[in-house]
Amino acid sequence: MSDIEFLNAPLVFKMLAALALLFAVLSVTLRNVFHCALALAAMFILLSGVFVLLDADFLAVVQVLIYVGAVVILMIFAIVLTEKITSETVRQTNQLLVPGFLVCVATLAGALYVLTRVPWPSGSPAAQKETIKLVGTQLLSTHLEAFEVASVLLLAALVGAVFLGKEITRR
Amino acid sequence: MIPLAHYLILGAVLFAVGMFGVLTRRNAIGILISIEIMLGAVNLNLVAFSRFVETSTLNGQVFAVFVMTVAAGEAAVGLALILALYRNTRAVFADRFNVLKW
Repeated sequence: MSDIEFLNAPLVFKMLAALALLFAVLSVTLRNVFHCALALAAMFILLSGVFVLLDADFLAVVQVLIYVGAVVILMIFAIVLTEKITSETVRQTNQLLVPGFLVCVATLAGALYVLTRVPWPSGSPAAQKETIKLVGTQLLSTHLEAFEVASVLLLAALVGAVFLGKEITRR
Repeated sequence: MIPLAHYLILGAVLFAVGMFGVLTRRNAIGILISIEIMLGAVNLNLVAFSRFVETSTLNGQVFAVFVMTVAAGEAAVGLALILALYRNTRAVFADRFNVLKW
């Protein structure tokens, strides 16, 4: 918190939260999927701002790198490879519009009901100074097995994506 | 200082928005976009807990790194699947993907 003490942190949080929510709603409701992907990128940039407020600077940078730099670009490639972008006549939502909305509102109401009744720890402990150092140490000591499994998972995802994306030649 | 509950409320709202997208979108790429929103909301919760509950180990941030890893792999494989299905069915709509049924 020390570096951004000069900012009005609650105000910044409210603005980031409102904008992230706006872009999240846009990216699930816009008709054009390309615009949805761009709104998703904006939402992840704003969410990384929230991570900075939470003193998670490493994760904020990694979020922008992975999501905005890789995942959204991959989605844009998939969008331009599959369909003509503006298909105004085609329905974009299925028949579950009203039941899905009700289910989401019910889930949100349940989550908020629990959230507002649990006595969370009010005070905030001192912030960790060097998050990159500690995250790296934790990754390679306490969570070493999960780290190795994640690398195997990424390799499997790489091979699987190449295999699935390859044009299959029929005999 | 922003209390922990505000971050958790933001995470819950983002999760609900993503869930709405997953339930109502027809476009399979749109469904993947909504799933990424849900995973981002979960990451926000993990980071908030690691900031407010247990700062000495940063376990929440390490978990968030793993969630991002899985999300990246899931996006790569999911989009490759959508491309393969598009080649077979010429559609990206999830309700047209009935090739596994017989």
